[in-house]
This record gives sequence, C-alpha cells and structure tokens, in this order.
Amino acid sequence: MTEDMTGTPREPGSQWYDSEAGPLVRPYAMTGGRTKPGPTGVRFDLIALVTLDPAAPGTDGMALGPEHRALLGLCRTETQSVAELSAGADLPVGVVRVLLGDLLELGCVTVSRPVPPAQLPDERILREVIEGLRAL
Amino acid sequence: MVSEQSDTTGGDTAPLALKILVAGGFGVGKTTMVGAVSEIKPLRTEELLSAAGQTVDDTDGVDQKVTTTVAMDFGRITIRSGLSLYLFGTPGQDRFWFLWDELSQGALGAVVLADTRRLEDCFPAVDYFEHRHIPFVVAVNCFVGSRTYGAQDVSRALDLDSGTPVVLCDARDRASGKEVLIRLVEYAGRMHTARLLDSVG
Repeated sequence: MTEDMTGTPREPGSQWYDSEAGPLVRPYAMTGGRTKPGPTGVRFDLIALVTLDPAAPGTDGMALGPEHRALLGLCRTETQSVAELSAGADLPVGVVRVLLGDLLELGCVTVSRPVPPAQLPDERILREVIEGLRAL
Repeated sequence: MVSEQSDTTGGDTAPLALKILVAGGFGVGKTTMVGAVSEIKPLRTEELLSAAGQTVDDTDGVDQKVTTTVAMDFGRITIRSGLSLYLFGTPGQDRFWFLWDELSQGALGAVVLADTRRLEDCFPAVDYFEHRHIPFVVAVNCFVGSRTYGAQDVSRALDLDSGTPVVLCDARDRASGKEVLIRLVEYAGRMHTARLLDSVG
C-alpha cells in the first residue's frame, strides 16, 4: 500500500534535500503542535461530511492559517468527507481533524456525526443503494 | 446520520455517507477494485502513525524518524444527491490493525478479496470481520492463469460461517465490482434485519 516516493521526479531547484529528510514542515506544525481537536474533543470519522455553514461569519478577519483556508476552499465546491479533505489538501487525516475542530468551533462549518454501528441505515436506504448500484 | 444542527428531524435532507471496506492480502487487487467502481480516481489519504503504532513499529536505528505514514486508498460512488458510498482499501500490513478498528467503526460491511493461489493471505481479514460481526462477502479475484475454484470450495477452505456469500469476480471489471457490492449490501441488510429480530425476540 505504501509507495516508495524516492522514485518521484524532483522539481528543479529542490535537489538540496531528499525525500529521506521528510516533509519540510512537520505536519503538526500546522496545528500548533496539537494532535487532538480543540475543547469540544470530537473525533471526526473518515466519512463524516463537512459542509460550509451558510450562517457562518465572514472569515476575512479570522486568524486562520493557509491550511484552514484550503479546507474551506475545498468545501466551497461541494460537501466533502474528512477523507476527501485529507486527500484534497494533501494533509494527513490527523492534521485535518485538528484543523476541522478549529473551523467547527469558529462556526465556519458543520460536520455530520458518523453513524453509530447499532443504527445502520434502514431497509429503505439499503434498497436505494442496491438500486443505485445496479443503475451505475 | 445526524448533523450537528438538525437533530432527529434530519430525515431525507441530512446528507448520508456509508462506508464499505475492501480488505485482503497485499497485492490482491484492493485498490484495483476500488478504482474500478469509484466515480472518482481513487484518492489517497494518509494517517500518521502515532504512539499506538510505535510499540509495534520497529524504529530502532532510524534516527530522527518520529512518524510513519500509512496510506489508505479510497473511492466514492454517489447514489443520489445526499447519499454516497465510500470504499476504503484497508492497509495491507498486519501491523496497522489499529487503523482497521477506526475504519470499521460504523461500516456497512466489508469485501474480503481473496486470491486462490494464496488463500491464507485473507485469513486475518476473515477472522477480523467474523469476530466483530461485521457483515462481509468474500470476493475471489479470478487472476488470469490461476486455477478456478467454485465458490463452495473457497467457502469450505476458509471455513466460513454458513450464509457468508462467496462471489467470483474480476477486480478490474466495473460490472463485476458492482455485483460484489450489491451482494454485500443485500447481505448486510439481511444480517441487520436478523439482528433486529433477535433483539426484539
């Protein structure tokens, strides 16, 4: 599953470091060293859906980092799952979770909670899924 | 699924996402299958290996390297606006079991991909889902040049619980992948109904 990245072509001018050195910015530097989302302590599932809150205040005056803004930008086009945001922003899931915690607290986004295992979707939805798959 | 705002009134308006795992041994075709049925090019997300992994991750002699990343490939199928299916290829290596726990949380079910030339590679995945009562189907990826076995042979060889579906498939083929998913969702529905009946009876 994990790919050896040493084979990727380097961009001109980037030869002064190699992939062994790891990322130039340590991932959790973007979260100020935090590894868990803020005081609300929510853990976002990989398929928790993130939507821009239409009632959200303007973000211009907010102290948001470029990664926060990148996530908001991704949500602007369509509702995104946490996994898609991670892939889209090229950030590890753990980092995305912390940044999303910030955005949730600031009221910029709403995040759907994962389905509790005991409450898997009812028959009607499963039938809809089966019909949808057949129609693909 | 319930959003932070709308509680029990969610109903049809709250977007719903379902998760299906695609598990199996290394190189059995997990990412291929995800790619064959996904409407988007499979995406890759990375999880940093935290303290949970450090006890099993041999970092001796690797100076400075404090984190390891595990990649997970996933794809998406939109059933309709507000209802989508996400497919996650599980990390192949056994030492990433702790990630499976998170992945399987709330999952609708799983596809265990098997290769009859090395059937034993899918034993751990079969055990995992059986023990946690997560509905799964075994999809035998029929590699060109490998001897074909019947679904019943595979079922017996894996000592599956009766009722666990075994489907022969071609992981590269979209129609074949769709069929596997349909069998899984049907089976998950039956399991779910049976459990509901058990709980009231």
